[in-house]
Amino acid sequence: MRRSFPFAAIVGQQEMKRALLIAAVDASIGGVLVFGDRGTGKSTAVRALAALLPPMRVVAGCRYGCSPVPDAALCSECAARGRPLPEAVAPVPVVDMPLGATEDRVVGALDLERALTRGERAFEPGLLARANRGFLYIDEVNLLEDHLVDLLIDVAASGENLVEREGLSVRHPARFVLVGSGNPEEGELRPQLLDRFGLSVEVATPADIASRIDIVRRRDAYDRDPAGFCDTWAPEDARLALRIEAARALLPHVDVPDSVLEQAARLCMALGTDGLRAELTLLRAARAVASIEGETVATVAHLRDVAPSALRHRLRRDPLDDSGSSARVNRAMMEVFDSGPHE
Amino acid sequence: MVFSQEKNQTPHIRMGIEGEIWQSAVTALCLLAVDPRLGGVALRAPPGEARTRWLALLAQSGLVVRKMPAGIGDAALLGGLDLAATLAAGRPMRSIGLLESAAGGVIVAAMAERMDAGTAGRMAAALDSGGLGLVALDEGVAPDEQAPAALLDRLAFHVDFAEVSHRDTDGSGLECGEIAAARARLGGITAGDDMLEALCGTAAALGIDSVRAPLLALRAARAAAARGGRAEVSLEDAALAARLVLAPRATILPSPPPPQPPDGEPPPEPPAPNDASPEPRPADGPQAQEDAPAPESHKLPDQACEIILAAAQAAIPAGLLARLRQQDFRGKAKSQGRQGAVQKGGQRGRPVGVRAAAPGPGLRLSVIETLRAAAPWQRVRAATSVMAPPGRLHLRREDFRVTRLQARARTTTIFLVDASGSAALARLAEAKGAVELLLADCYQRRDQVAVVAFRGCGAQVLLPPTRSLVRAKRSLAGLPGGGGTPLAAAIDAGFMLAEAARRGGCTPTLVLLTDGRANVTRAGTGGRAVAQAEAAAAARKVRAAGMAALVLDTSSRPGPEARGLAACLGALYIPLPFVNATSIRAATLQR
Repeated sequence: MRRSFPFAAIVGQQEMKRALLIAAVDASIGGVLVFGDRGTGKSTAVRALAALLPPMRVVAGCRYGCSPVPDAALCSECAARGRPLPEAVAPVPVVDMPLGATEDRVVGALDLERALTRGERAFEPGLLARANRGFLYIDEVNLLEDHLVDLLIDVAASGENLVEREGLSVRHPARFVLVGSGNPEEGELRPQLLDRFGLSVEVATPADIASRIDIVRRRDAYDRDPAGFCDTWAPEDARLALRIEAARALLPHVDVPDSVLEQAARLCMALGTDGLRAELTLLRAARAVASIEGETVATVAHLRDVAPSALRHRLRRDPLDDSGSSARVNRAMMEVFDSGPHE
Repeated sequence: MVFSQEKNQTPHIRMGIEGEIWQSAVTALCLLAVDPRLGGVALRAPPGEARTRWLALLAQSGLVVRKMPAGIGDAALLGGLDLAATLAAGRPMRSIGLLESAAGGVIVAAMAERMDAGTAGRMAAALDSGGLGLVALDEGVAPDEQAPAALLDRLAFHVDFAEVSHRDTDGSGLECGEIAAARARLGGITAGDDMLEALCGTAAALGIDSVRAPLLALRAARAAAARGGRAEVSLEDAALAARLVLAPRATILPSPPPPQPPDGEPPPEPPAPNDASPEPRPADGPQAQEDAPAPESHKLPDQACEIILAAAQAAIPAGLLARLRQQDFRGKAKSQGRQGAVQKGGQRGRPVGVRAAAPGPGLRLSVIETLRAAAPWQRVRAATSVMAPPGRLHLRREDFRVTRLQARARTTTIFLVDASGSAALARLAEAKGAVELLLADCYQRRDQVAVVAFRGCGAQVLLPPTRSLVRAKRSLAGLPGGGGTPLAAAIDAGFMLAEAARRGGCTPTLVLLTDGRANVTRAGTGGRAVAQAEAAAAARKVRAAGMAALVLDTSSRPGPEARGLAACLGALYIPLPFVNATSIRAATLQR
């Protein structure tokens, strides 16, 4: 198989890269929504990140990629097997969900082949099973049918896929980072769905010629000699991989002081976001950023880093008001953070 | 899309350019054969001799060529279990998908403009993974009928054969040996940084956003160098690449545009002087952004860039400028945006029963019902069957039952807004307010909306069907008023949109905001009587098609004209003075 484009070699797109790193460090963040034009390296970045991550330990022969570590969630097949479970190593999966995918293909369905040729009732896993513990990438998520998006976000949040159809009853773990991309000009996502994505980023083609030349040059070098190009960038990629591993280990130990909590709450209040999901995501993201930077205490600076990504898509808005939400978040941050703490 | 007479004349093309287009198409074909990673060719052409000859050349190129029918299903595209063969053989039989069988070759997709988004997505993924080329045959006529944008972005060459006939082709064949030799040389071709910079600079100067374009251009240049037997990409190679790859994607002209060839004479008697050029207004952001990077072109690094830019510029088709604004719609939103909401008859939705049919594209086998259909025959079949071992279930093709699905048809609300000077001017603001309220309502119901404005000598689709409310609002906000009332052209435009929406599985509703006082004919000339008659005829056509409509009379004193129009349309008639926006909403809902 061809090696993926190295993550470290992606030019620019800092915000998207950071959001993906946060999701890689803390999968519970709830997915990343990437809005932007075609040809801005969205899917390249997702694939590159997955290739960067260390291969995972899986139960050998498990169709759902269950983790063999004790007290991990298991599919019914693995749960039925005796411990210790046989182990194998597999790369972190990236699953593409095509726009026209049917519900069958997504959640899985009766295995027709076995039903018809052997008369067995068996479950044929869908895309959700393949994406377990990896990434599920949906291009043009805003054009996906609402009920499918709903279903995906439900599964992503609960970490489990429950199938009840055609006399089948299957339950299997499905923990994945949902990455949706789209162009808001082509249609909007319902606000309820928007709110359920953890982070959102806006990407654009770099406007300056120098970075565009850089992009084309690197991509061209990669296309002509994938192996050589990847080797050149391997040290940097390895460094990044180490950082992710360290961050994952550090994450549970990152402390969020009350003052930062308060600032986060005030920011969300100032922006009038509904519900507590905004605050929670903001804190998780700040904690993840702190851990990526190797720090044990999350600060207001970390909040500032992640606030636009965490809040931009949650602002209650008039559907006919087109003032930029990034601008609104930045304005609110200036008001809240720069006015000094209240007592 | 401009529906007035004026734009219906094809922009005139210089002599001999058709031959050049043919030559470019052949060159593109050669380059693709040399480097299949160029993605492929989007060939916009009516079926005809020129296209046939080009495809014949493709067949000579030594590439494996596979045809992809329109509306191909996943099973045929990706392969999978062949149910009928499996049952006949008694063991799993797989069918090989098109993508697999075409590996290393080229897929020729017929009617690419009708390709659905799911198939396009899979094709795009296949193109990205390399080892496969695509020739998208696009038979679209209307400018918005185009191959999916996600694919167009990945295909290096965009060729338009609209004006090319068999007389422009020549008998040239392809040199297979030459191509193979060029292919062998390809790996060793280097491209200097100056060429790279020049191609990137040219792309930026032409307002091309996607980074794929310069990347594909670079590949094309390299393939050209390999063909020419050069070890390094020369200026001519880069210029050729710019001409073939970058020029068709241009969205702006870098320098002051050359005097534009007249698209057609303005109508003899324009109802108002400011309507002589019914130019599509810069309806939304992209236009503003386009203007921004333009100054970049002034600091183009060097001579190489200028030469390449000039080459690209010379290849920009003459009619392009006139279509640029409309390309904003096309490139960014149109095809994909609409396809997302398409309700395929019975492909999705909630199940409403079963019917006998073999499962296939979009048809889901209902296992329980299939077994139920087979059950009564088991004893008979077991007795007559020779092959199958005892105890096996005997299923035949005729037992297959598929689930019927019913999806709620979405509504597409098409607003026809009269922006003429006659009477609407005074009430244009009010009409806009009413439309905005309706838009907010459409947003809640996830309807699609489209906006057609008419004034002066023609009607213009401000916004093709979309769910993006922001765009709808923007398109209305800047709507200027004044001019005559080309009502017939407006109803025609609305009717075309409505038919397209209906083909896409949506239920169209026309909402006319007008005083009904038509005074401009379809031909763009004045003449109240003719204009009224034409409008009435157009309205009756809508009624005959059974489309729901609503007429909001915007004149200050509701008159018989709008009422008569409503009668012709079979529409609900509401005089605006007596309604507020809320009751308009109630009325649309009711329709």
